[in-house]
Amino acid sequence: MADTLHRLVILGGGTGGTLAANRLRKRFGGSELQIDVVDMNNDHVYQPGLLFVPFGLAEPDEIVRRRSRQFHKGINYHESEVQSVDVDANRVALANGATLTYDVLLVATGSVLQPDETEGLLGPAWMDSVFTFYDLAGATALAEKLDGFSSGDLVINVIDMPIKCPVAPLEFAFLADWFLTERGVRDDVTITYVTPLDAAFTKPTASATLSSLLDEKKIKLVTEFNTGEIDNDAKKLIGYDGTEVPFDLAVVIPLHGGAAYVERSPGLGDELGFVPTDNATLQSTVRPNIFVLGDAADIPASKAGSVTHFEGEVLVENMAAFLDGRELPERFDGHANCFVETGFSKALLIDFNYESEPVGGHYPGPVGLPLLKESRMNHLGKLMFQSFYWHGLLPGRDIPGIGHDMPTSGKQKTST
Amino acid sequence: MPNKLIADREVELNDEGFFVDPTQWTAEMAPVIAEEVGVPTPLTDQHWLVIDFMRKEYFENGTGPTVRKLGKASGVTTKELFQLFPKGPAKLAAYCAGIPKPRGCI
Repeated sequence: MADTLHRLVILGGGTGGTLAANRLRKRFGGSELQIDVVDMNNDHVYQPGLLFVPFGLAEPDEIVRRRSRQFHKGINYHESEVQSVDVDANRVALANGATLTYDVLLVATGSVLQPDETEGLLGPAWMDSVFTFYDLAGATALAEKLDGFSSGDLVINVIDMPIKCPVAPLEFAFLADWFLTERGVRDDVTITYVTPLDAAFTKPTASATLSSLLDEKKIKLVTEFNTGEIDNDAKKLIGYDGTEVPFDLAVVIPLHGGAAYVERSPGLGDELGFVPTDNATLQSTVRPNIFVLGDAADIPASKAGSVTHFEGEVLVENMAAFLDGRELPERFDGHANCFVETGFSKALLIDFNYESEPVGGHYPGPVGLPLLKESRMNHLGKLMFQSFYWHGLLPGRDIPGIGHDMPTSGKQKTST
Repeated sequence: MPNKLIADREVELNDEGFFVDPTQWTAEMAPVIAEEVGVPTPLTDQHWLVIDFMRKEYFENGTGPTVRKLGKASGVTTKELFQLFPKGPAKLAAYCAGIPKPRGCI
């Protein structure tokens, strides 16, 4: 492809858009590939840090950097909302009036919170006794609220899947237990975890471990609860089947969907605004010249930064092959790797993919970090990761010894 | 779990009671399964709208839809879904439609 200039437009300058832009910039010269990235604002939030903000373990300004500063030289950055994509004309219309045409498009606009889709969620109790920690404003406001919260019912509610980082709400419950214990008020607060799933987590093996941790920490578990409405006056979650969960403080994970422009772009997304994508190649099934990275895809992998990171390597190889007119060589296996903060300076680690359950053992090999087991090492791993995120993952560096496929050598065998 | 006889045909179920092979399902089985899992019978046209949608989604995407997708795309509102398939519409409709447990929730 040396003699033709290809135009790549990347929608979204978050985890996926940034690491893909940087990896592709390193791989192709400026005369081979023009790279334009679009994002609606210039605040790149380190989203795993949002979990720590409500407990005073991270300050809001520590987890935000300027998006435009995360790109290598030779990447054009446009700050504008996307108006729509015309998948037939290979053209992106920006809300600021500009138009970008592309030979290949990367959709990396993630998922957005849709609190307006749940009746009563944005009522008078919002940001008063009903909060979310899934965005910076919510996490910051919740920190202040939690500081003064010393008795009553604390309810953590996942409204429905899919959500970003499916373990984060559980981590919130574990950290709340720790936080309230440290403040000496744990006995005056009940903590209840309310989920639409039929268990604490989506994966049976990990669910068993996580459920026993909830038990140990005296956190009540309500499963198969489908929130239909938040009653602001009576302070209750009301399920579609009429069951109720009262709260004094509710921490809600709102419904998620794709970015708003997806719906304005005929043929691009599904009902929820996610883009139909091949599980293995990350090429969209909408058009061959549209690829999808991270949460914006409809693939059955966790919506998590680790998934986006592992996808990044696959994406770059496949996009390069596509531009060369070769068959797409790489296959993504659904690999996800999550540190689960469990409070009191411990964390456990889970590692899984499309086919394999998270099991015990060690990661990434027999002498690595313990899997599915609480340890201080895992907690330190989680804390250290932020630095790697800014300085390793976004610039497009690999972690030595860790490829994109899920490792198996240090793992216990199971029948699942 | 051993094979099970539903509406005079033998089918293979997994540990949670979901079909292993959705092609073993026939429409005659739906009311029998519905009765067993606590879905109000007789099945109405709206039940069938959902059951047909579940199977279509499964064969197109390799998994049944979530409640949210059902509410947005099946032609039945989320509130109605909970009347048709009380407690867990996605799960109960998946039983009736003879497909594996919807995977949407990872």
